[in-house]
Amino acid sequence: MHTPETTKRWHFATLMTKKTTQKTTALASSLPRSPTGIQGLDEITSGGLPRGRPTLVCGGAGCGKTLLAAEFLVRGATQFDEPGVLMAFEETERELKDNVASLGFDLDGLVKRKKIMVDYVHIERGELHETGDYDLEGIFVRLEHAIDSIGAKRVVLDTLEVLFASLPNEAVLRSELRRLFRWLKDKGVTSVITAERGRESLTRHGLEEYVSDCVILLDHRVNDQIATRHLRVVKYRGAQHGTNEFPFLISEEGISVLPITSLALNHKVSRERIATGIPRLDAMLGGKGFFRGSSILLTGTPGTGKTIISSNFAQAAAQRGERVLFFSFEESPDQIMRNMHSIGLQLEPLVKEGLLRFHSARPSLYGLEMHLATMFKEIATFKPHVVIVDPITSLLDTGTDSEGKGMVTRLIDYLKAGQITSLFTSLTQGGHSLQQSEAAMSSLMDAWLLLQDFEGNGERNRLFYVLKARGMAHSNQIREFLISNHGIDIVDAYIGVSGVLTGSARVAQESLEKAVVLANQQEAARLKREVERKREAIERQISGLRAEYEADAIELRRIAEQVGNSTLMLTTDRAASGLLRQADTKVVGAAQSSAKAKKPSLNGGAR
Amino acid sequence: MKKATSQPAARKAAKADKPKAAYSLRLYVAGATARSQQAILRARELCEAELGGDYELEVIDIYQQPLLAREGQILATPTLVKAYPLPVRRLIGNLANTVGFFAGLDLTAKPQPAP
Repeated sequence: MHTPETTKRWHFATLMTKKTTQKTTALASSLPRSPTGIQGLDEITSGGLPRGRPTLVCGGAGCGKTLLAAEFLVRGATQFDEPGVLMAFEETERELKDNVASLGFDLDGLVKRKKIMVDYVHIERGELHETGDYDLEGIFVRLEHAIDSIGAKRVVLDTLEVLFASLPNEAVLRSELRRLFRWLKDKGVTSVITAERGRESLTRHGLEEYVSDCVILLDHRVNDQIATRHLRVVKYRGAQHGTNEFPFLISEEGISVLPITSLALNHKVSRERIATGIPRLDAMLGGKGFFRGSSILLTGTPGTGKTIISSNFAQAAAQRGERVLFFSFEESPDQIMRNMHSIGLQLEPLVKEGLLRFHSARPSLYGLEMHLATMFKEIATFKPHVVIVDPITSLLDTGTDSEGKGMVTRLIDYLKAGQITSLFTSLTQGGHSLQQSEAAMSSLMDAWLLLQDFEGNGERNRLFYVLKARGMAHSNQIREFLISNHGIDIVDAYIGVSGVLTGSARVAQESLEKAVVLANQQEAARLKREVERKREAIERQISGLRAEYEADAIELRRIAEQVGNSTLMLTTDRAASGLLRQADTKVVGAAQSSAKAKKPSLNGGAR
Repeated sequence: MKKATSQPAARKAAKADKPKAAYSLRLYVAGATARSQQAILRARELCEAELGGDYELEVIDIYQQPLLAREGQILATPTLVKAYPLPVRRLIGNLANTVGFFAGLDLTAKPQPAP
C-alpha cells in the first residue's frame, strides 16, 4: 500500500513543514497516525502511532511501559475523542487508577463517562487445569464487548506475557496471539501491547514476531548513580521515524519525551536592549546592554564573581518590573540573598514582591532530564522575562557531554521561543583553557562574558572582558572588576609598557605616575620661579640703568640750561657794557640798526 | 440434581444462597461449535459418573453473555469453573483429558476406573 516512494515523499513533506501535530495528522493521510498526545513522542514518530495497527512497547521492569500505554489511552479519550479499552493482566483496576492518578489522570472519571473501559484479567496459575483442546476466545469476547460498548478506537494490552506464565500450552497461546493481533488489526483499533524486555530479544517471549508494525523500546539506565529513562523507536513499518534514543521522564503531567532536535531555528528576535545593572558593563556593550531574548554565557574560575554579576542582572531586571527566575544549583535562596546583601544588593524585597523567584536544587537530586523538565515547568508557570542558571556547569556534570549539550540546546530553544533573556554562568576549572572547555556551549550563546583571575604581586585580582556579543558593537578592553561594599565597580585596568596591571600593582603604578607628575610639576614650578626671578632681576637692572640715565639726562639738561643762561648773561652783560661803552651792537644791534637804519639811512643818512 | 441452564438469574440465585448440591459448576463455551458441544457432553457425562449426580451445572455461552465472561474471569474456552466447593478451580479445554478433570475437581482421592 505504501511504496517506498510515497513514504519518502511523505517524509520530505514532514521535514519541510514544521512538525506540529495538526499539520502532520493532516499530511499523514497516506499513512494514518493516531496521535498519542504524549509530549515529544508524536514528534519522534511524525504524528503518532500507526492508526489501526498494533504497537509493541517493550522494556525492563520500571521503565514506564504501563504508564506510556495508560497515557496513550487517557490522552486519546480526553484530547482526541478516541475512547479506549485497557485490558490489564498485571494490575487490578483499582491499582491502575491509583497509579495513573499520581500523574494527574482521572481514570475513574473517564471510566464513569464511558471514555475508558478497564478490564482486569485475573489469572491464577494454581486454579488452572488443562483438560483438552481450548482457545482464547474468552479474551476475544471480553475485548470485543469492551470495544463495542464504548466505541473504542484504542486498545491497550498490559502485559500479555503474563499469559505465557499462566497457560500451560505455549503452542496454543502463540497461535491464539497471532490470531489476536490479526483480529485487532481487522477491528481497526490502534493498539498498544506492552511486553517485558528479553535478554537477547526485544521481548522475553518473542512478541515482536507478531507485532511488526511499530516497536518502541523503553530503557532505564543508571549513569554515575543517576538514572535516566530513554525511549527509542526501534521499528516503524512504512514510515520515517527518529531512530535515536530520546530521554524521557515521568512527571506529574505524565510522560514527556524530549527530542533533542525539536525546534527549527526560526524564533523571532527582539531589537530591544536591556541594561545589565552595571552601567560600565552596559557601556562596554555599545552603551545599551544585552538584547532581550538573547542567551548570555558568563564563564569564570571559582570566586570571580559570577553569582554577583548574575544577581546584579536579576536585581536590575526586577527593578524594571520584569519577572526573574533564578535557578541556583549551588546555593540556597537565603544564602544568595544574604551574600548579595553584603555587597549592597537588596533581593529580599524583590522576592516578596513576586518579581524574583529562586529555584534551588542540588544537581545530583535527579537526572538531567528531570532537571530540564522541572525548569520547563517553572518557566511555564512563572513566565519570567529573565532566567538565570547559576551555574549551568554543575548541572551538566550530572550527564554526559552530549546529553548536556542537548539539554542546553533545548533549554535555549525553549527560552528563545518565549523571548526570555537567559544568563548562564559557567564554572571553569583553574588552569584549563577557558575557550576550550566552553567551546561546546559557547556556540549556542549570543554573548559571552569572561571573568578571569589575575595572580601576581602576592594577590589575586579579577579581570573582566566581553569575549563576544552577537549583533552589537562591544568593547575589546580588558577591565578590572572590583567588588566592594556598595557593589560592583568596573575600572580600567592599567595597560602600559610593563603589561596589564591590576589591584595594588595598578594602584602602585598609578601612584608612581602621580609622583612623577608631581615631581615634574614641582620642577616646572621651580623653573618658573627662577625665570620670574631672572625677569625681576633684569627689570631691576633695567630700572637702575634707566634711573642712571634719567639722572644723567637731568644733569645734562641742568648743564645745558646753565650754559644757555651763562651765554645769555654773557651777551646781555656785553650788550650792557656796550651800551655803557656806546659800542655798536654787532648782531642784534646791527640788525636793529640796519632795519631802523634803512629809512633813517635814506633820511638819516642825509641827517 | 441435574440442572443445565443458561439463565443468569438461576446462576445468581445459586451464588447467593448456599448451594443445594455438593458441587456447583459453570461451563463457559463460545458459541455452538463442535468443541463446545463436545465440552458440554463430556461435562455432563463426567459429572454424572463421578459426582453421583449431586451437582449443579450451568452452561454459559459467552457470545450471548459477554459480561459473564468478564465476571467469571474467562480467558479460554471451553472453561469449566468449579465455584463450589472451594477452592475455585478452572478446567480449560474440552474435557477430553480425564486426568485434568480429576485433578481440577480434587477427585484423586476417590480412585475409580476411568470410563
